[in-house]
Amino acid sequence: MIARDRVHGIRQDEEETLSTQRYSGSSIRRLEDRRLITGRGHYVDDIAIANLAYAEIVRSPFAHARVVSIDVEEALSAPGVIAVLTAADVLPHIHASMPVIECGISDRHQTPTQYPIAEHEAVYEGEPLAVVVAENRYAAADAAALVAIDLDPLPAVVDLDAAIEPGAPTVHDGAADNIGWDVHFPPSGDIDAAFAEAAVVIKERIVQQRVCAASIECRVVLADYNDELTVWHSSQMPHFNRLYVSEALGLPESKVRFISPDVGGAFGSKMGPYAEDYLIPIASKLVGRPVKWTETRSENLATTSHGRGQVFDVEAAASAEGKLLALRVHQLADIGAYFGRTGANPVISVHLSGGCYDWPMIEARSIGVLTNKMWTGPYRGAGRPEATHLAERVMNLLAEKLDMDPVELRRRNFIREFPHKNHFGFTYDSGDYETTLDKALELANYAGLRRQQQEAREQGRYIGIGIGSYVEIAGFGPSKMTAANQDEIGLTESAVVRVHPSGSVSVFAGTHSHGQGHATAFAQIAADALGVSIDKVLVKEGDTANTPFGHGTYGSRSVPVGGMAVYTACQKVVDKGRRLAAHLLRVSVDDVEFQDGTYVARSTGVAKQIGEIAFAAYNRNLPDGMEQGLEAVAFFDPPNFTWPFGTHICVVEVDPDTGVTSILRYLAVDDCGNVINPMIVEGQIHGGVLQGVAQALLEDVVYDPESGQRAGGTFLDYLVPTINEMVPTEVYHTVTPTPSNSLGVKGVGEAGTIASSIAVINAVCDALKPFGIHHIDMPASPQRIWLALHDAPAATAAKEPVPVG
Amino acid sequence: MIPSAFDYHVATDVADAEAHLRDGGDDAKVLAGGMSLIPLMKTRLVEPGLLVDIGKLDELRYVRVHDERLHIGALTRHADLATNAVVRENLPLLAKVAAEVGDAQVRARGTIGGVISHADSAGDYCTVAIMLDAEIVTTRRRILAADFFLDFMTTPLEPDELVTEVIFPVEKGPSEYLKFRRRRTDWAMVGLGVQRKSDGALRVGLTNVASRAIRGTAAEVAVGEGGDAARAAAALADEVRPTGDAAVPAEYKKALVRVLAERALRGLGLS
Repeated sequence: MIARDRVHGIRQDEEETLSTQRYSGSSIRRLEDRRLITGRGHYVDDIAIANLAYAEIVRSPFAHARVVSIDVEEALSAPGVIAVLTAADVLPHIHASMPVIECGISDRHQTPTQYPIAEHEAVYEGEPLAVVVAENRYAAADAAALVAIDLDPLPAVVDLDAAIEPGAPTVHDGAADNIGWDVHFPPSGDIDAAFAEAAVVIKERIVQQRVCAASIECRVVLADYNDELTVWHSSQMPHFNRLYVSEALGLPESKVRFISPDVGGAFGSKMGPYAEDYLIPIASKLVGRPVKWTETRSENLATTSHGRGQVFDVEAAASAEGKLLALRVHQLADIGAYFGRTGANPVISVHLSGGCYDWPMIEARSIGVLTNKMWTGPYRGAGRPEATHLAERVMNLLAEKLDMDPVELRRRNFIREFPHKNHFGFTYDSGDYETTLDKALELANYAGLRRQQQEAREQGRYIGIGIGSYVEIAGFGPSKMTAANQDEIGLTESAVVRVHPSGSVSVFAGTHSHGQGHATAFAQIAADALGVSIDKVLVKEGDTANTPFGHGTYGSRSVPVGGMAVYTACQKVVDKGRRLAAHLLRVSVDDVEFQDGTYVARSTGVAKQIGEIAFAAYNRNLPDGMEQGLEAVAFFDPPNFTWPFGTHICVVEVDPDTGVTSILRYLAVDDCGNVINPMIVEGQIHGGVLQGVAQALLEDVVYDPESGQRAGGTFLDYLVPTINEMVPTEVYHTVTPTPSNSLGVKGVGEAGTIASSIAVINAVCDALKPFGIHHIDMPASPQRIWLALHDAPAATAAKEPVPVG
Repeated sequence: MIPSAFDYHVATDVADAEAHLRDGGDDAKVLAGGMSLIPLMKTRLVEPGLLVDIGKLDELRYVRVHDERLHIGALTRHADLATNAVVRENLPLLAKVAAEVGDAQVRARGTIGGVISHADSAGDYCTVAIMLDAEIVTTRRRILAADFFLDFMTTPLEPDELVTEVIFPVEKGPSEYLKFRRRRTDWAMVGLGVQRKSDGALRVGLTNVASRAIRGTAAEVAVGEGGDAARAAAALADEVRPTGDAAVPAEYKKALVRVLAERALRGLGLS
């Protein structure tokens, strides 16, 4: 039937529910890949347009400085230069500051107002100070070096603990302090007593370092400000950026068109809006020509939003029998100099800090800390990897203290009843956490691994086994729970499904694929729902001129929300078709059954194909009152988020002489509900796992603690993983459909990343246990591990581990 | 790649390259494989006024053995060195090193003469040259490796002087080159080469431990005095004075020197 062999473990009962469908559940090869892998994709930088001018941004080299003066004369007289714009030229054209949505916290302590260009004060390294527009990129870059900028450096706020000390220098000159938000989530009971009476208590600081998204394609903006404004930009959410930019520029949204063509990766970093999304349209307006700006890799690492950047001080208590009692989480979230659009998004880490476990009490405090750095923003998983890392580290630390197998502690505390309302007001829709754990343990042969570990230790080799069980939040999100967070725009998703007279189908979706394979997955959904061949379906996204308002692609929402919009629009089309079929078949509407593309009159047995109905819909013989055409628009508003879950197991060996961690095995059991395309899901897990492994072992954005400038800043020292670092990942699934949508899908784009950093780190800590090392932060670089081994309480030399029971 | 403006000349022969370099003075740079120069130009850390491209000088692309010495033309690429049968037979160490330079794209373009001339302390060939007393042949003279790598990216080369050949001794005995890297295609954080010479002596070389490639004499001496791998490695770690930074502390580099030396020497069969 269908090539389901690529994904293991789909349950028997699922086979039955999927069997009436023809494409969903099948590993259809991605319809977009031929074009993309043969170099025929169209990215913004590929767009050729007549009379194009090129922009270069002049940026602050300092983390914090007062702008004394900017002299553009020499740059302006350089060959090929059309204009050199500073804040004085740009700001008069901007009527609204850059947006910050609530995103988690309604009462922010302060929200620095951000404009796309610095006027009097630059507050992070890379902040725009001037825009050079020239006939070509070379002339623009040459002239940029001639812009004479006089900056007076101010103290840089870098370290989070120091930043919140009373009297600390401030990120923004004249601000009272560096607190962005400070929110307390009180416990549901007497938490002090719970800690006091607990048999075991652990306490640890867990650091999530800053990382770069480092998508293959950097950001690019091409703007043509004419009677109307057209902006091509590499983005995950063109509709929102149109909304913000049109508002700021004082233009009707209708006269602004944002187009995101093929996008070469984003991982959350291309949500925007960014400074350049305003500066380039304004430059085009002022020079009267289309203008393009293409981000360099150095700029991308510096001024495209970073991910993570959170510090947690956690305390947890458990009974002697391994029953969890209480959790206390204190979060410091590194905001950067401005919030970026997504405001207090890092608070998701707190919301999900309990993990898959039934904690009787959680107390939390979240402090957003402003610093003189690039702002942090969503990055694959956005809050859930941080939460999972924290929750699963806590479980292992408690298990170690209880002298209990970490598997057993998990088993004793899993949430088992659904729907489950957590301490922060979220309702987990469905789950079966223990089954994914059991499956992972069985497939990995956990008992055998523990034996191997013991044998290896006897030979002086240090193997570690790490477990990462997770529950995450996806499918953002029900408007009743999200609109207040999102400028009163509910997080629905949209689609138009248009059946042409010939019976072929166009799908226009408000999401935007930047690698996820929507052209395939949405076509599978539409082809099944309409009963047409997938060859007849074409999915289009990314152009505000032909798609309804949509939120874009992030938060593992495209299939559970966007896919449902496609499905719902298809249902509307089918319903109209049913009324037309009834008219043509001369039976009542109730008499007409639709299945696999055929309308059948039950009473007469006479049938019409959907293709015939489509043709008839544009003809003259329609029922009274029916308009021509066969198309529908749908905005799907989910009743709840979706809650995917799973367990990953990682096996590592740590070389105590060098501190090098080698991954020996990686196994993932994920449950994202029903699967539309198992091959795409498998790819998401592979890529996601590598991304989490890279955070665990390689990547780190390092700012100098004094100057606030980044160390390095190229791929020479920012260690993105390459294919050489790919971890062979064994991918398995269980299937627990969500009750929140009729496709039963939960979303899977981030799951791999969510579980993997902690699976690796728990394995590294497990390997280092004989040396008395309980915790290691990321990246667990060879030098960090080596230094830990040399400071380890139980080992003055790496070769003398203490015996472990 | 948006470098600042430069003139570009494709050299027709070595004399033509020299003439253009002479005219260009300090502002001129030689372009061979470009694997170090182009990234520096791309980030505008280097802004030459003239590039003299010697890439078409096929006469500098050769490998031959003559008088028990291996002569390698300066434009011989890493990929060629890694796979060349003459190199693999007469100096297996060099083939091993070449196979681990950068990634496949770098190996397809980068040249041995480029690495030697660039004299980065992390350049792997520099270490092989130092440990085996290679000779660097230029358009004007022959320079012993020990007199060539003066400091980080510093050599006695005049602005209009070209490296044309590198001459290594033929050494078919056991050898090892261990390269400690975070990612497979990174530069060495520490690299260490060992070669058992035909006269029985041991040579040890170190990459990226000092401001230039250096010999690991303490290990050579320790082994010469009958020390085992562990003792020689400890002596070497004691001798080196790496500079550290926040990312890689000096003491960690020392530890790597010890571990790599011990492993490399064991690989050579020392107890």
